[in-house]
Amino acid sequence: MLRINNKISFSFLITAALFMASCKKDHGNNNGGDSFDTSGVFTQQDQMGRPAINTVFVGADRKNEFNMTTPSAMSAAFKADFLAKLSAFGYTQNALGQNADAFGGLLVTDVLNAKLSGKTTFFDGTNVLTGRDLADDVIDTELLLIFGGSTGASNPGLTSDHINSNDKAFLTTFPYLASPF
Amino acid sequence: MKKKILFGTLIGIAAVGSIIFAADHIDAPAVTGTGNVSLGTDITDVYAFQSPADNNNMVFVINTQGLLSPSASATAKFPENTLYELNIDNTGDNVEDMVIQLLVRNGKVRAYGPVAPAAPGTGSIVVANAPYAEASVTSYASGSPVVGTSTKGVKVFAGPRDDPFFFDLKRFKEIIAGTATKFHDGTAEDPATDAFAGTNVMSLVVEVPKSMLGSASSINVWAESKSK
Repeated sequence: MLRINNKISFSFLITAALFMASCKKDHGNNNGGDSFDTSGVFTQQDQMGRPAINTVFVGADRKNEFNMTTPSAMSAAFKADFLAKLSAFGYTQNALGQNADAFGGLLVTDVLNAKLSGKTTFFDGTNVLTGRDLADDVIDTELLLIFGGSTGASNPGLTSDHINSNDKAFLTTFPYLASPF
Repeated sequence: MKKKILFGTLIGIAAVGSIIFAADHIDAPAVTGTGNVSLGTDITDVYAFQSPADNNNMVFVINTQGLLSPSASATAKFPENTLYELNIDNTGDNVEDMVIQLLVRNGKVRAYGPVAPAAPGTGSIVVANAPYAEASVTSYASGSPVVGTSTKGVKVFAGPRDDPFFFDLKRFKEIIAGTATKFHDGTAEDPATDAFAGTNVMSLVVEVPKSMLGSASSINVWAESKSK
């Protein structure tokens, strides 16, 4: 009970503090004669780091909760769920040499790791999790790591969907994504 | 025997069958509308890569509102009550040290930052005194993307784009449902089908000089949608 009360007052304090800060900021903005409305406190609806994490590893009853959990708190709240899912997949080890605890521990903190120098890719055969490029076949990478076993050769019918690229060429200039259909 | 066990466990995850497996398209009830529609708050994909045009820059993409048909794309809009926030951790603790905050108002998009957030976590206010890049939202009919650039060299784009994600979703659902045991071979005899071919998303793209992201060799990135 005490814990619940603490939680409520804690979140109330944060909301109140953000609201006060928000009022202050608005004032500064209006003084600048800028009509672009930036006011208010915005509350989380969805979040995402790596592809397909919430969809695959989190049960239907906790999907909203996962989207509301800050990445630094995900491991404590969801690691057991991830390990249970890996176990259900028959997972023992992947081609990176990670056992279930290591792989589940990596995946549960749903952030995208990106290097600030050199090749940025989800996986290109050499570099692993140094970013996510538009052309990366992230589904095959994840299928391979989940179902491919320690050599990547297990369950060959489940380790690639055989869709290996996008249906439209990317641009060489900003914003890089292809024009819409 | 091994296959059988695996097959059984795949069926075991069919409890989530009403949710489409994709990158993050309609991943949770709160971001899914009636008829499995991807809401304006639904983040479908996040990308982070070195700029193909300039090694000194990083590009971040937040895609939203997945599986838009061409006709739906023509009228799709970014909700004005929603803040799209790109979170950047450059100290390795998975808590955001910087944010890039994107808002759409009256047909214009602004990308504030990268700047330290007022507070980390699931509630946000806009750091409105941060430098920003601004551009008109590119319309579906527009032949070329509208790009805005800030005084700090940050670029911004917002508008409909082809969904860069690709996946034989239908076949995966068949495997989950137990009516197939393997993916298609992708050959002429056994072709695979990209469920995202010909569909669009509402994209938010920013390009940022790496010098604005701190001195760490790597960062952790995630995107959030937040509404008021």
